[in-house]
Amino acid sequence: MYAYSDFDDAFVRARVAEFAGQVARRLDGSLTEEEFRPLRLMNGLYLQLHAYMLRVAIPYGTISPRQMRQLAHIADRWDRGYGHFTTRQNIQFNWPRLEDVPAILSALADVGMHAIQTSGNCVRNVTADHFAGAAADEIADPRPYAELLRQWSTDHPEFSFLPRKFKIAISGSPNDRAVTRAHDIGLRMVTQDGAPGFEVLVGGGLGRTPMLGHVIRDFLPEADLLPYVEAILSAYNEAGRRDNKYKARIKITVFEHGLDAFRATVEDRFAALRAVWPGVDPALWADIRAAFAPPAFRDGPTAAHEAAQRADPAYRAWASRNLAPHRHPGHVIVTVSLKAHGATPGDATADQMRALADIAEAWGYGELRISHEQNVILPHVRKADLPAVFAALTQAGLATANVDLISDIIACPGMDYCSLATARSIPIAQAIATHFRDAGLEGEIGPMKVKISGCINACGHHHVGHIGILGLERAGVETYQITLGGDHTETAAIGERVGPGFAGDEVVPAIDRLVRAYLALRLSPDETFIAAFRRLGAEPFRAALYDRAVRDAA
Amino acid sequence: MTRGFTPKVVTASDLRRGDVVWLTADDRWTRDLREAELITEEAHAQLRLLHAQAQPLVVVGAYLAEARQGPEGPEPVHFREAFRARGPSNYPHGKQEVLRSRGA
Repeated sequence: MYAYSDFDDAFVRARVAEFAGQVARRLDGSLTEEEFRPLRLMNGLYLQLHAYMLRVAIPYGTISPRQMRQLAHIADRWDRGYGHFTTRQNIQFNWPRLEDVPAILSALADVGMHAIQTSGNCVRNVTADHFAGAAADEIADPRPYAELLRQWSTDHPEFSFLPRKFKIAISGSPNDRAVTRAHDIGLRMVTQDGAPGFEVLVGGGLGRTPMLGHVIRDFLPEADLLPYVEAILSAYNEAGRRDNKYKARIKITVFEHGLDAFRATVEDRFAALRAVWPGVDPALWADIRAAFAPPAFRDGPTAAHEAAQRADPAYRAWASRNLAPHRHPGHVIVTVSLKAHGATPGDATADQMRALADIAEAWGYGELRISHEQNVILPHVRKADLPAVFAALTQAGLATANVDLISDIIACPGMDYCSLATARSIPIAQAIATHFRDAGLEGEIGPMKVKISGCINACGHHHVGHIGILGLERAGVETYQITLGGDHTETAAIGERVGPGFAGDEVVPAIDRLVRAYLALRLSPDETFIAAFRRLGAEPFRAALYDRAVRDAA
Repeated sequence: MTRGFTPKVVTASDLRRGDVVWLTADDRWTRDLREAELITEEAHAQLRLLHAQAQPLVVVGAYLAEARQGPEGPEPVHFREAFRARGPSNYPHGKQEVLRSRGA
């Protein structure tokens, strides 16, 4: 993976020193809260419901074992012994004290990490396919481009005060695991006449006005990536609204101006930028590419894996759910579920972080990823080593066999932590997961994406969940709106709201009725919920959700 | 009680720790809502809020939160304030720890 250059290291340490000074000046009264707030946000520090929260960037979800151990150390020393992995592949610490934050940032700098641009109206952490560099279906590893974008966007003077935050996602595979259509800019690697490039999407986003991104360029040569992205940012920076924060995202700019007019502005700007663009420094680009070169894969016998599958039902269940095809023979991608039934989606204890680091070093070529679905990925594991990996994960409480099932839920922190939230998310996720485990239905239901947000800002991606749940306040109580038919992949769709909301204790029974209706209506066990929904439309599922007779009898 | 005014407490976040605090009648910041001053007069509420806002080196984001009189002192009205007074529901962290350590 990419290692900090001397330049990167000096830049990050200068920011730590600068922020340490800002904290000291806040504490001695030289800075007011109004002055300090934008400065702390630029360094990822929020003031939440119960405490400060520090959001640490994990660029494109790639993290080394050494970095993971440092996160564990931070969790133990300055927080409550755990961290929360987010839907933007970052990690959040929920309990730091203000005066400890400079020391935490310094500890992060020691391992080439920081919290810069994890908040504020700037280009945020560039997210990527969590199977990047490993997936069997991949055209190319998107992370060198993500790293290029990270370097270009970090502290970019023109784009540090955009109308609103700006999120870029990149995928190197036709199977979109990076939710590119729900980002301000989505980049999908494609080839044209054998040459690599990108399909460029613009104007996607969730939040209070969910929109799917539009194709602004169907093929952008790879060499034009930076000037083209700069042209989009430049057009948005000028045309984006600053009078109303709810209309300030690029999706509204594109919507209000029209895609064609916005594209014309971008292409004009691109022509001017391209003419003076010297191209990426070849030596720098070679270094970045080399940093993401695949490891030297070692082949080995797969007999142990096959024997364990025959002998151990728990192993068989895990192997059938948590493994994905790898591009190299004899290898697989392992998804480590952070969704143990009844646990908080995305949380890992410091001990679990250390176990993941150990496992990655012993059997995973030293590589780890964080997925936007709040799980941890071991991207390269030899089939021969899978039984050992499973045993070590089991020991660490990390062998939950539920990837892509109804209990593999995305949930934002909700009103258990977030000061913006209008209702809690975590208890709903916990209740759904334990309910369907106890009912013994998870395997029978098959792939099902439940995504929960505790407010309209949609950090929990509820709009693109097969079942989306949005927590709101209605008349002084927590109320949950349900949307159906969302899709986060290359066949992206915004789910539709099918009726009035439910009280917190009505959510699990409602989803139970919905799921049982699906099981009764599907053509075969191979017809997934989303496929059945597309075949039948919302009506039979709406009827099940709001089946008063069933509700009254229950 | 002021006509049409619902009782309030003054609440904020502690500058250094970021945790929830409430203003007491004797001008302390407490971490136990039951010790907070329950304010029933609108004019007095505004004065107490100004008093809180004049302490920028102690607290951040002071505001008036609705509360009601309970058997042991003020109690939250809105569920958000109830969560602030108790802590998160997924771990026994936050105010739950403070209250437990006091044997409450």
